Amino acid sequence: MTTDQPVISARNVWKLFGANPKSYLSKMPQGHSFDAIRADGYIAGVKDVSIDVGRGEMLVIMGLSGSGKSTLVRCFSRLHDITGGTIEVDGEDIMAMSEQELIELRRSKMGMVFQSFGLLPHRTVLDNVAFPLEMRGQDRHARRERAMEVIQLVGLDGREDYFPRELSGGQQQRVGIARSLAIEPDIWFLDEPFSALDPLIRREMQDEFLRLQEMLGKTIVFITHDFDEALRLADRIAIMRNGAVEQCDTPDKIVLNPATDYVHKFTEDIDKARVVRARGLLRPVNGTAVEGQPIAGHLTIHALARQLVNDPRELMPVSDRQGAVIGVLERKAALDVLLGAE
Amino acid sequence: MAETQLVTELEPTRSIWPQNPVLWALLGGSVALVLLHAVGALPAWLVRVPEWAVPPMAVWLDAVFNFIKDDLGLIHLTRALTAGLEVILDATANLFYGKRRWPNIGPIPWTAIAASAAVLGYYLGGWRFALLAGGTFVWTALIGQWDIAMQTMSVLVVAAPFAFVIGLTLGILAWKFHGFERMIKPILSVLQTLPFFTYLLPAVIFFKVGPTAGAVATIIYAIPPMVLMTTLGLKKVSPEVVEAGKMSGCTRWQMLSRVYVPSARTEILVGLNQVIMLCLAMVVLTAFIGMPGLGAKLLAMMGSFKLGRSFEIGVTIVLLAIMLDRLSKAWVVKQPEHFERGTPWWKRHIYLLAGVGGFVLFLLLSQVIEVFAEIGRRQHFSQGKEIDNIIKNFLALEAVRGVTDWLRWFLNVKILIPFRDALLWVPTPAFVLVIVAFAYGVGGRKPGIYAAVFFTIVAFSGWWDRSVITLYTVISAVILATLLGIPLGIAAARSEKWSKRVLLACDTAQTFPSFIYLIPAIMLFGVNDVAVVFSILIFAMVPLCRYTVEGLRSVPPEMTESADMSGATRRQKMRSVQLPIALPTMAVGFNQAIIFAFFMVIIAAFIGTQDLGQELQRTLAGTEMGKNFVLGMNVSLMALTFDLAISSWAEKRKKSLGLG
Repeated sequence: MTTDQPVISARNVWKLFGANPKSYLSKMPQGHSFDAIRADGYIAGVKDVSIDVGRGEMLVIMGLSGSGKSTLVRCFSRLHDITGGTIEVDGEDIMAMSEQELIELRRSKMGMVFQSFGLLPHRTVLDNVAFPLEMRGQDRHARRERAMEVIQLVGLDGREDYFPRELSGGQQQRVGIARSLAIEPDIWFLDEPFSALDPLIRREMQDEFLRLQEMLGKTIVFITHDFDEALRLADRIAIMRNGAVEQCDTPDKIVLNPATDYVHKFTEDIDKARVVRARGLLRPVNGTAVEGQPIAGHLTIHALARQLVNDPRELMPVSDRQGAVIGVLERKAALDVLLGAE
Repeated sequence: MAETQLVTELEPTRSIWPQNPVLWALLGGSVALVLLHAVGALPAWLVRVPEWAVPPMAVWLDAVFNFIKDDLGLIHLTRALTAGLEVILDATANLFYGKRRWPNIGPIPWTAIAASAAVLGYYLGGWRFALLAGGTFVWTALIGQWDIAMQTMSVLVVAAPFAFVIGLTLGILAWKFHGFERMIKPILSVLQTLPFFTYLLPAVIFFKVGPTAGAVATIIYAIPPMVLMTTLGLKKVSPEVVEAGKMSGCTRWQMLSRVYVPSARTEILVGLNQVIMLCLAMVVLTAFIGMPGLGAKLLAMMGSFKLGRSFEIGVTIVLLAIMLDRLSKAWVVKQPEHFERGTPWWKRHIYLLAGVGGFVLFLLLSQVIEVFAEIGRRQHFSQGKEIDNIIKNFLALEAVRGVTDWLRWFLNVKILIPFRDALLWVPTPAFVLVIVAFAYGVGGRKPGIYAAVFFTIVAFSGWWDRSVITLYTVISAVILATLLGIPLGIAAARSEKWSKRVLLACDTAQTFPSFIYLIPAIMLFGVNDVAVVFSILIFAMVPLCRYTVEGLRSVPPEMTESADMSGATRRQKMRSVQLPIALPTMAVGFNQAIIFAFFMVIIAAFIGTQDLGQELQRTLAGTEMGKNFVLGMNVSLMALTFDLAISSWAEKRKKSLGLG
């Protein structure tokens, strides 16, 4: 959510699976639906997606299985070659890159965490974490040092000589996270990193992840099928279905204004007060006189509940994290959210 | 209930059988031919392919071979390779049994080898394996077979690594390039069904008699499963691991060497296990081309009917086989363990140190104490004569002899000979039609077409009668093996305990080199058809029994439980739930039994048969490559016909049952 050039910029990206996708796409009529494409013997993994990821932003791509979210993130890192459209990373068209340039890009800028960890079973924790460093030819001593650093960062120190199968699922994923951070990537891809973990561990790992992100401030593309997880983590959420993005917006806006029926199905059972933050209901000051202590914009309505109920003001000033007033909050609107009125 | 639905759904596929017009036409044609022949109305050229119509394939092939060998100069290349291989083989021969060649430091004392083997065994599987590994070598030395066993081992330790590396390389290539895989797959399946005699003669011609030819034949023989296992393992590497490698910025070479091959470790090691076992089996068999060692000795002892010594050599071979199998399998499942920080160097490498230590210790001791270096001629504990007498006395017991004599008479006179004569009487086209009908009915169109082509080739090869005799032996043995093996498997599958025991026995029996199965056959029945069938029978029973148990044990418990809750009796449960679901797996066992039988029937030529194997064995004495190849192809084509039909059936069936 910064104004400068986006880190990843995807324009009209298509990824079709089938016998001869390139020529099929060039001949395909405009606005062909997912089912129509399937009837022609092709699967639209990604269907005409345009999306930007800003520097330092956490974009969560949410969708059910088969919605194309994993395919999309693999297009960003060119694990899949796209069928149509363009993807630029830091202004460079990744489809135009040679194999060597692509390897260089992955060695220097990208890290990825996988759902089932993708650890190499024959290597110790330390060697797994140091693997990307080894690949780019760093010497033994330097990579060991760096690997130990990230292992400490994810809280696995003391386990560096273990083999993956000697660790629990949560610990294995910590190794996966450490590996993806070893090269200090600018862009961090996480493909359902916590889905294979049981609920308690998942929660713990999410907290851990937020802590890391607070510290590192990476540009993140995070895949999940869990709407709650998306709401908890995201700066922006892109909801995907049948290869296309249904809606891409901040959690507040998605919860308050679902763009399609499909999105609505996800949001209807959500306790909106726990998601919507004060700044999400913001209205411009517009010369109205606001008085008194401003409320913190990053707090959820639920967290502000007591104050909202007791505060006599109809309009309340809202501040950002630095304390500057950024707008006003209508008390009635906030109470509507709190009480679940539509 | 789920499974009753399943069964009724499957019923139609079974009843399609008799309604199929093609099948009826094939069978009808066959019956018509037989009837015509019975009344003597069939012209001679339809009974057998007449002499003039048989193309002189052997002559043509000979010409081709000679062209490749002499005119293209392949012989010079192979002779050059021979020289290289000979140096390596001589070196191992020197180390293992003191052949007077470079590096002239052997032989290694038997105690040193036994000690290191015991340490290796302990590392891989604790005390029991230590005992197995050390004990095998101690037994071999004490029984006075050290030299011949080491002759065998010295070839094995050269052939197995070669086969492993070549197989691994080919496997990687096949995985990497689809075109190459498509090209190599049919070659591999032919190689796997080709009788080993067919490997031997080209090896002799191109690589001279003795250890080099033996090693080459062994290497070629052991390559196919390694290729298949490598490809399988590489294909199975989890896509996420691959992606993780790519995201780490691996180059192609790094992907292969650091990601793919290490991740496919298990399959590659299983391949290695198979390579070792096939090498051992083949090294023993190379006795037929004059390769000295356990096989040659066994051949000689059996030839002169010295059953006691044969038995002892058999035990040695079996022990070696079990040891090699168990140790290499233990290596497959051995996972790396981490050491706590600060573990001293010697502790991390304790096994290596112990192994080397034991080796050096006994090396030194043997300088002082002579028996530690070598067991002399009169020092060994062989009980050949005594065992001979025991066996002979046992067989001479009234009860035993009564049973074996009766069995021999009954099988020969009542079953085998009439069956063989009937098969030989059937006109060739009728025979082919029945086989095609079988392949078509069981496997479908493609296997049917293959059957037609393959058997037509066999009919025109000029060796029809011998092929039929081969087939007759295989069929009789497999039928008998089915009658014994499947009930045994079913009975064993009833209880956990017995399943485990039978599976263990089958696993162990499968590691024995096939040659071993001749020993009890000859002991019990002497040298005749019954012994041949008997040796094939026990050899083929192993996979049948094993897959029956495995098939039945793998029936999901929910299904048997729901059958129980539907009030099925044990019999009903077996008939309508367990057997239908286990059948595809059992078919795999049946298929293996047939392939094994084809393999064994050729070896049984040693006992004295009148089939293709006998002719094949005869070609070994000469240089008739063309004839050798035609005979080998006949066996291979017949085996492939069954293989294609049955495995296609099993696969279709598995798919329709939704079992992977």
